[in-house]
Amino acid sequence: MTGGALTTVAIAMLGGSLRVSTPFLFVSLGECLTEKSGRINLGNEGALVLGAMVAYATSYQTASPWAGVLAGALAGALLGALHGTVCSLARVNDVAMGIAIMLAGSGLAFFFGKPYVQPSAPHLPTLPLGFWSDLPQVRSALDVSPLFFAGVLAAIALHWLFRTTRIGLRIRIVGDSEDAARALGLPIDRIRLVATAVGSGLAGVGGAFLSLVYPGSWNEGLSSGQGLMAVALVVFARWNPLVCIAAALLFGAAGALGPSLQTVGVTQGYYLFYAAPYVVTLAILVLTVAPGRSLRGMPGELSLGK
Amino acid sequence: MSLIMRATRRQMLHGLGASGLALAAGLRPRPARAGELVVGFIYVGPKDDYGYNQAHAEAAAILKTMPGVKILEEEKVPETDDVEKTMESMIELDGASLLFPTSFGYFDPYMLRMAKKYKDVQFRHCGGLWSKDKHPMNAGSYFGYIGMGQYLNGIVAGHTTKTKKLGFIAAKPIPQVLINVNSFALGARSVDPSITTQVIFTGDWSMPVKEAEATNGLADQGIDVVTCHVDGPKVVVETAEHRGMYTCGYHANQAKLAPKGYLTGAEWNWITVYKMFVEDVQSGRPVPNFVRGGLAEGFVKMSPYGPAVSETARSHADAVKAEIMKGGYSVFKGPLKDNKGNQVIAAGAAYPETAIQIESMNYLVDGVAGSLS
Amino acid sequence: MTAISASAGAASITVPSGLAPDRTYPARRALEAVGIPLAALVIAFVAFSIFLLALGKSPSDFALLVWKGAFGSWFSVQNTLQRAAPLLLTALCVALPAQLGLVIIGGEGAVVLGGLAATVVALPLSGAPPVLVQIAMAIAGAAMGAVWIGIAGALRALRGVNETISSLLLAYIGLALFNHLVEGPLRDPASLNKPSTWGIGEANMMAALPGTELHPGLLVGAIACVLCWVLISRTSVGFAARVTGGNLRAAQLQGLKVARLVIAACALGGAFAGLAGMIEVAAVHGRANASLAAGYGYTGVLIAFLARHNPIAIMPMAVLLGGIGAAGGLLQRRMGLPDATVLLLEGFIFVAILASETLYGRILWFQPRERRA
Repeated sequence: MTGGALTTVAIAMLGGSLRVSTPFLFVSLGECLTEKSGRINLGNEGALVLGAMVAYATSYQTASPWAGVLAGALAGALLGALHGTVCSLARVNDVAMGIAIMLAGSGLAFFFGKPYVQPSAPHLPTLPLGFWSDLPQVRSALDVSPLFFAGVLAAIALHWLFRTTRIGLRIRIVGDSEDAARALGLPIDRIRLVATAVGSGLAGVGGAFLSLVYPGSWNEGLSSGQGLMAVALVVFARWNPLVCIAAALLFGAAGALGPSLQTVGVTQGYYLFYAAPYVVTLAILVLTVAPGRSLRGMPGELSLGK
Repeated sequence: MSLIMRATRRQMLHGLGASGLALAAGLRPRPARAGELVVGFIYVGPKDDYGYNQAHAEAAAILKTMPGVKILEEEKVPETDDVEKTMESMIELDGASLLFPTSFGYFDPYMLRMAKKYKDVQFRHCGGLWSKDKHPMNAGSYFGYIGMGQYLNGIVAGHTTKTKKLGFIAAKPIPQVLINVNSFALGARSVDPSITTQVIFTGDWSMPVKEAEATNGLADQGIDVVTCHVDGPKVVVETAEHRGMYTCGYHANQAKLAPKGYLTGAEWNWITVYKMFVEDVQSGRPVPNFVRGGLAEGFVKMSPYGPAVSETARSHADAVKAEIMKGGYSVFKGPLKDNKGNQVIAAGAAYPETAIQIESMNYLVDGVAGSLS
Repeated sequence: MTAISASAGAASITVPSGLAPDRTYPARRALEAVGIPLAALVIAFVAFSIFLLALGKSPSDFALLVWKGAFGSWFSVQNTLQRAAPLLLTALCVALPAQLGLVIIGGEGAVVLGGLAATVVALPLSGAPPVLVQIAMAIAGAAMGAVWIGIAGALRALRGVNETISSLLLAYIGLALFNHLVEGPLRDPASLNKPSTWGIGEANMMAALPGTELHPGLLVGAIACVLCWVLISRTSVGFAARVTGGNLRAAQLQGLKVARLVIAACALGGAFAGLAGMIEVAAVHGRANASLAAGYGYTGVLIAFLARHNPIAIMPMAVLLGGIGAAGGLLQRRMGLPDATVLLLEGFIFVAILASETLYGRILWFQPRERRA
């Protein structure tokens, strides 16, 4: 590979990570919040898909993409509230219920989304941060959606919430030890319900990004499992919202690797390049997890660790 | 591939119960009424995908208006034994006597098995290579020479490109796709032999994020005209418009999605084929087994030119189109080398659109950047 | 294999013999295991009916169509059972590790790689007696599946990597590997537009079960479910697994080799998923191609959870899902409902049945008399 080709791949991966990472960021932040309260939600995949459809439909009907984002968040939150409510019943398995919610969310989205496959809904505007450059590649790569910054802000806010606020402390206590939470008289189910609903709402925003920003279209194949990968990303990020940003960016860049390598002539074995994000994630998990003790940062009540 | 799509394809399989007693009004088995021809369409994806499946579904919608014809449709039927059950139920329960399984993967072994089992039913498959020696006589296949449309796309693209670099986003390196890639590249090179075409394979028929990434990747490379062969070209066309590229459409007319950059497009016009089959069955004529047609036969058509197409490009493309309409026009003629330098068509040999050799194409021609695996 | 008898069988394993002075308790306990999911099913259908009414569709038409499509005739029953067949084995891939408290959701990877391994083994054996070829294929498929899910088990046991996540990642990686091999090094050049490996040969295909059109996968799956039930509930290994699943620390205190158990349970589950892939190749497709990735591995996860990881209960649950899938086409054609209806109905059913988990032990009538007093 020549230097020029390397630059091309590097720019593509930079742009790709900014474009592709945002849904990962939102859905992993949502998952992080939910897991911090001691519950896992695989249903965020359903919230993402439903959020994408509702956001697109709303943007089309109201001609306001921001109303679409809001509606997507709301749809995700409602689905999350369903998950949270059912999981608060004794003995209901949150992993299995998450899969059911994934099915129900996708089913709703596909069922009601048919009429919105064809129309073109107004997209969210982007910020032209590459204005200083003469290179169209750089300009395009730095054409960043405000939702990306909203995601970064949300990560910082979540970090601050967990670290310094009373609410954050309560969420962490509920997530770490039900016994302690009970001793302190915390409303365990209600805290988890809110954490799950808000987390799913964030996943809904991630879906809205898919349909209203990039790739900016609604169809049934829109999600490529971002909602499920979020569960892996959160482990990867050690339940730290700030690290979620890095994890999402890395995942986005790895996803941009396959197509951009083909443009510079590395064309063999593209299926294997497309699997790069999964291989990287697995490798990092294997290398960083220590056997025999639970993960640093992992909420104690999480069924993942039991 | 989206996990949820994978997880649910299984459950979204469509089959259907057979007869039995009529249990409620409106639920009786519905054998064909006397003189009514029941025609079944089976799609692999959603029928409103702005692409492959929609092109078929639009023709089916027109057929519905024909007298004495009843149309059955099922979408998102996977290419497994489930499609056998779908065909069987259309026959057993709804009295279908003419079936169009429209996805390539339905042909072997699924449709062939059903054709052997139901000898009174006519099966016509889109894209398969039916052959008299190997396959049942109540089966058959049809397809259109849409590569010619991509050749015309290439000519228009060749006139329009400023950077002399074109892009092609494709799902998988299979002959039907390679014909299009090569035709597009050859069309452009007939304008200017220095033009190159970069192909990117996304690996599957519907991968919106990868299609968008590929389009952006091509734009970053300075490529200024792009076309595609994926199930739904909407994402590619919209992303290209956003990046200020020109696009040539595929499957259906996507001009609405790219009012500035849409040049022209290669579209299916399946109603010609379906109407012919239906009329043959209705009038009791033998139904042909191996049907192919192109621009001249009305199986394929071109989108109207967009505003960015120059006068020179129009007249060149129109002239070539007129030649194609006369029949016998060869895009693939020797000496032709592939992009590894091997000679794939000897000097003097020429394959018109009808040549069966083209349907097993397994190379990218000189001037295309990309590889098959 | 009706729903009733299988569920009753499911219940019997949970009866702690001789513990309850109340003689009617075992029967009540059995009724609980059948009654609660049935009630949940009814509630799901009622909720879905309200949903349909809100859309102006008739719930009674819907219910009759589901019944007819799934069980209304011999054809429908076969349609349902055919769809259930691969799911029996893929559900075991989830249910076996679940005895240890592990959640494996990546069975899809084992299905496709198992199918591929089985095909690769069959290719050089052409000419050998078909029974031998099929045995070799079964061994290869099962071994491949065992390795793939065994990796997830080993990572869990030896490195502490969460098996849910690693098995999902391994499924994505396995699919990529599968696609790469099928469309690259292992591709039969004659498989034109549907890239496939070479075929295993007509002679090596498994015949249908006598008197039906069902492939032997159904029988293999049913036998596997029964064997797994025996393994779990009637052997010391199964007991050790349940102890470990119930309480890891207690298991370690008793000196159980937990790591070995974890790897073995995952490998055995993976072997069943790999076997499912082998049967798909040997009984349906005849070669390995994209048709193998039909989502059976993912649907198996749903079935295992619905069956509360009880191998006997897997059978009726697989039939339930197969039946809904079989009715899907009828719903599209007769009621004009979108294909996603099936997905949505399943969502309703899963939420209801999983939520009903909370009722076990809470309804007093099902409890022993002394607890009710």
